[in-house]
Amino acid sequence: MAVPMTRIDEAMMRIIKRAPWLIPLMVLSACKAEVLAPTGDIAAQQRDLLVWATGIMLIIIVPVLVLVVLFAWRYRAQNRDASYAPDWSHSTKLELVIWAIPALIIIALGAMTWVGTHHLDPYRPIQRVSADRPLEGQTPLVIETVSLDWKWLFIYPEQGLATVNELVVPVDRPIEFRLTSSSVMNAFYIPSMAGMIYSMPGMETTLHGIFNAEGSFQGMSSHYSGAGFSGMRFKAHAVPDGDFDQWAAETREAGGQLDRAEYLELARPSENVAPHSYGTVDAQLFPRVVNMCVEDGKICMAEMMDLDRQGGTGLAGTMNMQSLVADRDAQRGERAPTLGWEPFYVSGFCSPAEEDLMLTLRADLPPPPVDAAPLRGHGLNHPGTGLVDMLRRPAPVLTGLSRDPAADEL
Amino acid sequence: MATIDHSTTFLLGRLNLSAIPQDPIVWATFVVVVIGGAGLMAVLTKYRLWGYLWHEWFTTVDHKKIGIMYMVLALIMLLRGFADAVMMRLQSILAFNGSEGYLNSHHYDQIFTAHGVIMIFFVAMPFITGLMNYLVPLQIGARDVSFPFLNNLSFWMTVGGAVIIMASLFVGEFAQTGWLAFPPLSGIGFSPWVGVDYYIWGLQVAGVGTTLSGINLLVTIIKMRAPGMDYMRMPIFTWTALCTNILIVASFPVLTVTLVLLTLDRYVGTNFFTSDLGGNAMLYVNLIWIWGHPEVYILILPLFGVFSEVTATFSGKRLFGYTSMVYATVCITVLSYIVWLHHFFTMGSGASVNAFFGITTMIISVPTGAKLFNWIFTMYRGRIRFDLPMMWTVAFMLTFTVGGMTGVLLAVPPADFVLHNSLFLVAHFHNVIIGGVLFGLFAAINFWWPKASGSSWTSSGARSASGCGSWASGSRSCRCTSWA
Repeated sequence: MAVPMTRIDEAMMRIIKRAPWLIPLMVLSACKAEVLAPTGDIAAQQRDLLVWATGIMLIIIVPVLVLVVLFAWRYRAQNRDASYAPDWSHSTKLELVIWAIPALIIIALGAMTWVGTHHLDPYRPIQRVSADRPLEGQTPLVIETVSLDWKWLFIYPEQGLATVNELVVPVDRPIEFRLTSSSVMNAFYIPSMAGMIYSMPGMETTLHGIFNAEGSFQGMSSHYSGAGFSGMRFKAHAVPDGDFDQWAAETREAGGQLDRAEYLELARPSENVAPHSYGTVDAQLFPRVVNMCVEDGKICMAEMMDLDRQGGTGLAGTMNMQSLVADRDAQRGERAPTLGWEPFYVSGFCSPAEEDLMLTLRADLPPPPVDAAPLRGHGLNHPGTGLVDMLRRPAPVLTGLSRDPAADEL
Repeated sequence: MATIDHSTTFLLGRLNLSAIPQDPIVWATFVVVVIGGAGLMAVLTKYRLWGYLWHEWFTTVDHKKIGIMYMVLALIMLLRGFADAVMMRLQSILAFNGSEGYLNSHHYDQIFTAHGVIMIFFVAMPFITGLMNYLVPLQIGARDVSFPFLNNLSFWMTVGGAVIIMASLFVGEFAQTGWLAFPPLSGIGFSPWVGVDYYIWGLQVAGVGTTLSGINLLVTIIKMRAPGMDYMRMPIFTWTALCTNILIVASFPVLTVTLVLLTLDRYVGTNFFTSDLGGNAMLYVNLIWIWGHPEVYILILPLFGVFSEVTATFSGKRLFGYTSMVYATVCITVLSYIVWLHHFFTMGSGASVNAFFGITTMIISVPTGAKLFNWIFTMYRGRIRFDLPMMWTVAFMLTFTVGGMTGVLLAVPPADFVLHNSLFLVAHFHNVIIGGVLFGLFAAINFWWPKASGSSWTSSGARSASGCGSWASGSRSCRCTSWA
């Protein structure tokens, strides 16, 4: 039975007939261009470098692609007009050119890489608010970040609070993320703010970033970490300074306490955890996580390393090993090594007072020397500064790499 | 696998019925495999082929037949790896906006681990080993490889590894760790089940087989060339095979040792790669990539040789710049050892280290670019016949150039900080591995098919396949780089 086509049907048919053209657009419409259109200054500079590097490479890539197609077409066997030189297989001049041109491109790109890598090192403290605004005395907001199975914990030591799977930060203030992991490797990534850095158990990494626009941005783990990995996403809210203080006050009032016992409970595997917060936090929690001694009585890695440095404790050390279940095995595993002993951990020797001293020591360390001058290679201009600008200024004195000493522990 | 049955029995240990996956997809696969296998056995029995297979193929020491068996193994495993790829794609189409898709995380995580492991170790590696096995003795005028019996053993070790991986589909489970099984995730604490054990044993057995095969071919090329064939007169494919086998002999032992250390961590409670008690997981990451980066050049170098042979043949010309082609290959061989850290710029190595490894990585693109130009100028003033191998080669030149460009981009650490682990990276290595390794193998199979089988084989369908392959692989790089 034929039904006469209505106008709507006809319109639909037209759309369907054109569907193949729409498919690429539909695919692309799912893209959020956070990498190519970020709001943070660091991510923007990384994007710039990415675009420049692509542009420089296209100088050689485009001619290569054109030559392949051109020669393949021109010298096809059917084309009897084309010349044919079966024995021509060497030309010193040509070979010089085909080695030299890629080499020149790589020299240019290598110079950009050397400067850009130092300039955009995640360990390098933020040195400007944005391209046209210098820092005005803002100190970085420290956020201690722990990747747990399978959620993110953000501790705000300055504000004395903590959040899970939700990050709230002030706009235009540098942020210093100190990262570690409770269990396995993850990578901390907010595309709109800055590139990623890994969070790894027993180690501390650093990432400096800044948000230059208000809004909610996606954050994620970008290194596969097991069953609940795809739920390790969070929203990063960049808000004005005043709103941030108000949020912090409200969060503190809302209560909730993240002490060591509560942390161990939180660290148990769970998936797709809804954002929540804690009004108070154990100030030594993060150093304890890094040192893998959140459990009561377990030796901190700093203590163990110090003992080892002094030559170890000999027999006493082996006697001290107790057949207790270590956190890494208690969390997910239920099986001991096939041929070995039950998992164990070593208990510490320090008194609680000594432990306090050890874990707070870091705060007393003088901050690492920061070289605030733009970084330059020999004869190389720092991206973003003009040549005139560079000539006018006295040469910067490098006082060592401006890195967090924690990086050396890696 | 929520709960584990700890009870053990005499002979079978912890193996019991709960090891059979509770998954209809796996059951259906199993039924198909059983029916297919039974059918195959019936045919072999009916036509009385068992004796023929055993005497003429399975126990042969003929390098040509072993080469062909490697190719058959790779083709079979390609089916499995491709099925995994289709399942992953289907899942990523279905699972968005809160939908979980049709696979749970336990199943999906196994599939994406298996896809990588199978495609690299049991498709690409057997393909190139088979190709070198078949061609190298013929090209250098040797009767066989240096150690023919060892050659057979190497092949069956690779098969053994493949069988272990395939068995994990139906008994127990496969690793859910990603294809390189980074600890602590692959340690006993976070992967207490048999998946990682399958992974370790499968790779260990096949990896030792590959090392032995590498020694065999290396000795063959060095010691068994025809009189008068000095190094600079070797066919270009043999040159690339020589460099590949040097890489195999130097890097596969690293893989073996790394896996042994991981095994010790898992089985006897050592602490090489644990987070505490003096272990360091980054040690594993370094070691595995010290093997892993040469590995990608192990895969691509022989195919560079194939493309050189094919381009010269079908352009009706001598290869342009043989000498610089050889030097480029040697450069790549040496440089491939000093770039491994570019796989983990994002682990906080510091700017100077990152920049060093970024720049060494870029330098590799110089000899690679020189090779590409050499192929282009081999076509220049030629009489190009677009037979199938040549079509795959042109498709390779276009696809691989794009893949190479994205590779150099990823070698810029600040760019890598925003692109690492993303679909952009996935697109990059699929562009070079499909566009380079797979297209090269298709070209090689077509090119030497008449030699191996005694009959030629071309069709218009296969011709259009090479065009489509190029397009499909190229379009991947156009996909959005943001996280899906």
